[in-house]
Order: sequence, then C-alpha cells, then structure tokens
Amino acid sequence: MKTVYLDNNATTQCAQEVIDAMLPYFGEKYGNASSMHTFGGSNRKAIDIARQQVADLIGAEYADEIIFTSCASESDNTAIFSAVRTQPKKKHIITSAVEHPAIMEPFKYLESQGYRVDFIGVDEKGNFDMDRFKQVLDEDTALVSVMWANSETGTIFPIEEIARLSKQKGALFHTDAVQAVGKIPVQVGNTDIDMLSLSAHKFHGPKGVGALYVRRGTRFMPYLMGGHQEKHRRAGTENVPYIVGLGVAAVLAQTRLQDGTMKRVAALRDALEKGLTSAIADTKINGNPAARVPNTTNISFGYIEGESILMFLNDYGICASSGSACTSGSLEPSHVLRAMGVPFQFAHGSIRFSLSDQTTQEDIDLVLKVMPGIVEKLRKISPFSRLAA
Amino acid sequence: MWDYTDKVMDHFKNPRNVGTIPNADGTGQVGSLVCGDALKLTIKVNKETEVIEDAKFETFGCASAIASSSMLTEMIKGKTLEEASKITNQDIADALGTLPAEKMHCSVMGMEALEAAVKSYRQGGKPVTFEQEEEKIVCHCFNVSEETIIKAIRANHLTTVEDVTHFTKAGGGCGRCKGEIQKILDKVNACQITTPKAEEKDFSKMTMVEKIRRIEKVLEEEVRPKLNMDGGSVELVDLEGTLVKVRLLGMCSGCMGAAGTIKNLVEKALKEQVDPSLTVEHI
Repeated sequence: MKTVYLDNNATTQCAQEVIDAMLPYFGEKYGNASSMHTFGGSNRKAIDIARQQVADLIGAEYADEIIFTSCASESDNTAIFSAVRTQPKKKHIITSAVEHPAIMEPFKYLESQGYRVDFIGVDEKGNFDMDRFKQVLDEDTALVSVMWANSETGTIFPIEEIARLSKQKGALFHTDAVQAVGKIPVQVGNTDIDMLSLSAHKFHGPKGVGALYVRRGTRFMPYLMGGHQEKHRRAGTENVPYIVGLGVAAVLAQTRLQDGTMKRVAALRDALEKGLTSAIADTKINGNPAARVPNTTNISFGYIEGESILMFLNDYGICASSGSACTSGSLEPSHVLRAMGVPFQFAHGSIRFSLSDQTTQEDIDLVLKVMPGIVEKLRKISPFSRLAA
Repeated sequence: MWDYTDKVMDHFKNPRNVGTIPNADGTGQVGSLVCGDALKLTIKVNKETEVIEDAKFETFGCASAIASSSMLTEMIKGKTLEEASKITNQDIADALGTLPAEKMHCSVMGMEALEAAVKSYRQGGKPVTFEQEEEKIVCHCFNVSEETIIKAIRANHLTTVEDVTHFTKAGGGCGRCKGEIQKILDKVNACQITTPKAEEKDFSKMTMVEKIRRIEKVLEEEVRPKLNMDGGSVELVDLEGTLVKVRLLGMCSGCMGAAGTIKNLVEKALKEQVDPSLTVEHI
C-alpha cells in the first residue's frame, strides 16, 4: 500500500539530495572540524558553507549569526534562558498561549521561579491578541517569544510588528519559526527580530539538527557550556553530516519558495479543504484562511472523535494527525484549539492535514474518496449522531 | 501510535451490537461531548429470569472506547443481571487482550454504563445517567468523584496519581486536584504501605550540635542536590532558636528567585524533615 503522507508539520521526508550530501561525512570524511590537521579541519569549510546557506534562507546579514543546534527545542531553550540570564534585573516575559511545548515549558518553569509571565491569547481564528500584547509589554519585559506560524492550524502571526513593538520597549524578541521556514518567505534582515529558531526536518532535512539565529550585537549566553565550538556559543563537537544536510535542505527550500512550488501546494490544500467541507456536513475549519502557511488545513468533524478517524485513515495508508485528547495520551484536547475557543464537540474531532511539495493530486483524491464514508461510519456509532442529522 | 491488540482493532473496526434497542428495559448513559467520550447502553431483560437477552451501544470516542463498548455488549448478553453486575473494567480489558494504561478509563466507562443500565431497569426503564451528584467531586475538569477514584484504586491496585489519571481521567485536566488524589491514594493504600519512620529525637530537646547536624543533613541530602542542578548551593551560617540563617551560593546568589527558593525549597524541607517551627532567613 502506498503511503499518503499528509503529516508534514510533524516531520518531512529527507530529500535525496540531502542524503547524498550527508553520506560522505558519515564515511570517509569523518574528521573533527575543530582539528588542526587538514583531514579534520577541511570539514570546517563544509560547515561554513552550510552556515551561509541557512543564513541565505532566512535573510540573515551575516553567516555567523547562525548557531547550529541539535533541534529546535534546543534553539528555543537557548534563546529563552539566554534572554533572561543576560538581563537579570528584568522580571517579565511574554509569549503566546498557542506555542510549542519547547516554549511553553521553559516559560512555565520561569513562572515558577518568580517571573511575571503573560501568555497572550488568540481569537477564534487563532489570531494573536495584539491589543492585549500592547497592554502588558513594558520596560520590565526581558523577552517576547512568539511563534511565526502555528503548527496545528498554520495561522501566521504578524511577527515583524510584534518584534518592532518589543524593540521599542527594550525587550529581546525571539520567534519559533519552525513551521514557517521553508513554507513562507522568512526574512530577518530588515526586522527587529533578535533570535529565531528553525528545524531541518520540517523542510526535508534530517532530524536531529536545527539552528538558532542570533542577531549580531544581541546579548547572549550559551545553554550548553564546554568547548569553543560555534564561537563559544554552543559547545559540542560539530555534527558535520547533519549540518551539511541542513544546508542543502535550506537551498532546496529557497528554490521551492521562488519557483511557485508552494503555490501548487496551496492549491492542493485548498482543493482538499473545499472538497471535504462541501462533501461532509458539520465540519469547521480551524485557523485563519486569510493568513495561513500554504500547506496546512485543520478541519473539525463534529460529533466524532479524532483518534477513531485517524485509525480508519491509517487503513488507507493516509497519515494525518489530530488535536483530539485521545491521540496524545493527555486527556484534554489541543491547547491551541482550546485557546481559540473551539467548542469541545469540534475540538475532539479535529484533523490536521499538512502537505508538502511531494503531495500529489492522487493523494488528495484518495482522502476525498474515503473520508465521507469514515465520518458516516463513526457518526452511526456515535450517540450524538442525531444531533448532526 | 497506540499499541492496540488485534481484538481491540477487530471490535473497533467491526463493532458488535451498534444502535439502540427500541423500548429498552434499561438505558444507561455515561460521559459527554465535553469529556471526549460518551457511551449509551440499552438492554433488553427477561422479566422472569432477569437474563439480558439483548444489548446495544452507541459510543463517541476513540478506538478503545468503541472496542470496550462493543466487547461489553458481547460479554453481558446471556448473563443474568446479577452475573453481569460482577463484570469489572479489568474483565473488559482482559477480554480485549489488554488496553494501553492511558486508555483504561475507556473500560471503566463501560462498567459505569452497565451500572446505570441495571439501575434504569430496576427503576422501571427510565434512562439513567451515571452520575456522582451526591458524591464528592474531586476532579472538576472531568467530573470524577471520590468514590470512583477509590473504586479504581482498590480494583486495580493503583499506587500513583498518574495511574489514577489513566484509569479515571481524574487529574488529567488542569491538574489542580492532583494533591487531593494523592491524599485519597495515601488513605486507601495506608493499610498496605507501612514504612515506620525511625524514632527521632524531638528537635527542642537536641543539643546545639545535634540540631546543626540534623539541619546540615537535610540541606546536604534534600536541598543542595536540587540547587546544584541550577549551578547553585546553600550554606548554613547560624542558628538562633528556631531561626535558621543561610546564605545562597553560586548561581543562586543574586538570583531573582532567591526569596522563593528560600521559602519553597529550603524552609519547606527543614519544616518537613527537621521541625515545623523552623523559619529560614537569607543573609
């Protein structure tokens, strides 16, 4: 059975070009990039190239503003703890209510350590509450960290504007851009963004490598202390093959943003969304269709439960994900959907389809073919089906 | 990805006895849309023999909720009400092979629906919703009563709050009731867990040297390891009556959370493990 992979916000397939570029560094080019000898030291050049490739993708002015990390969670933690440790007198931090756990958990931890923390809410479409943000932002704010695009709904936040306001009050601004990089143009150059996290495996790079952009002149303190790597900003022997892989993935992503590929992805996503919501009653689109990354749609199917839907989709080789409580092992539905005020009967039955440039019309056709039957079958079992009828 | 057994998948994909029995002799309901799972069970009962002749269900929920409901109807058909009432959630889980720990509450839901359906039959067939109105609600997010929690602890030999959450959902929402669940666990398991504490001399009767040794021991074993994780430490400076004077070191000195650290970590540990009268001051 062919796998129809519509879960690209969870991870993507590593591109063949990326794998080909990485392989030599597992084999004959195994040297340590920090070594004095040519054998190891020549790998330094490969890292420098990758650094420039990543800088180009996000429009960073200088390549040395890119620090390689092991994942975006590490990038996020590094940014947050650096911001508070370098500004010990400031005791207020701001984020949104719909962030990834790699932001949420450090913020909650800092709250337990006595920080004033504001989690800015969103409206029913998932839009950032700018008025509330302006109210709470003040001179005591050490850090504002707000995601560029939401992983579950794809909703895009006005990051440049939030960064500008943060700067005005003297706060550092960080953005978790994991779900934006490679999907929409992300350019830090002419903005007030101080730090930005990205992850290779969300745009056809390998898992286990990410980067943190830190604008030159930004106060910084390393999270991992030890060796001199990354100019003392991130200790640990450079992961040469993965860094090379991230660089190649960045080049490919830039091409896709420029050659119309992402427009084709958006068209497929729209066809899927339109097809499902017109063929099936009691559905609801979660997120803001007017400001959304091109590959994501989040649709709630009323009166049935997400895990059950996923299990039936799985029979057709279709991979998607759900904001339902039952899929995560936690008992409450997605914190993102709850922050948006999505009613429970819809939150439990939400399905996220996230496409990529590898998605085909046949993939979409298969989902459109099987989904109405799955929903009908589950609604037949559901005691709430009469409500839906 | 849940590790579901073939039985679970079979009953999920091909659920038995779906629907409602018209003019049912008993109707039991449990759960709601808000909870994320709900089950409606209808039964047909032979008035003379009290044998359950037919059972049907409708379920809103995940694969294990649907499978548990389906299995339940298969298990109770042909049994008398008395026999059926003896079925526990563990029996349902066993019949399905097993359920992931996080999904045990699905089988509990089956047991509760049956309880409600039997009650409904006894009361003349009027639908009964399994509820805990008169009881003390512990978890308000999922409306779980103390009785439900106690039953689950006893029946399944639960020992941790996490277990209780897996079985009853209690504590799985905001988490505010976790402390209370721990108390219930302690109460229920009190007869089984008996680790007698070593007799310790009353603090007020210790000599100064003994007092300092005792405080130093708690600081060393309980407090410093936690502070060390953040690159800090603490030293005992002086003791005046019940006032303990300490100094924070390393990353902790000058840390903006210092006051909280003193209160929530150092003082709490000393109060609990040395003497409740102690107060801690940072100098």
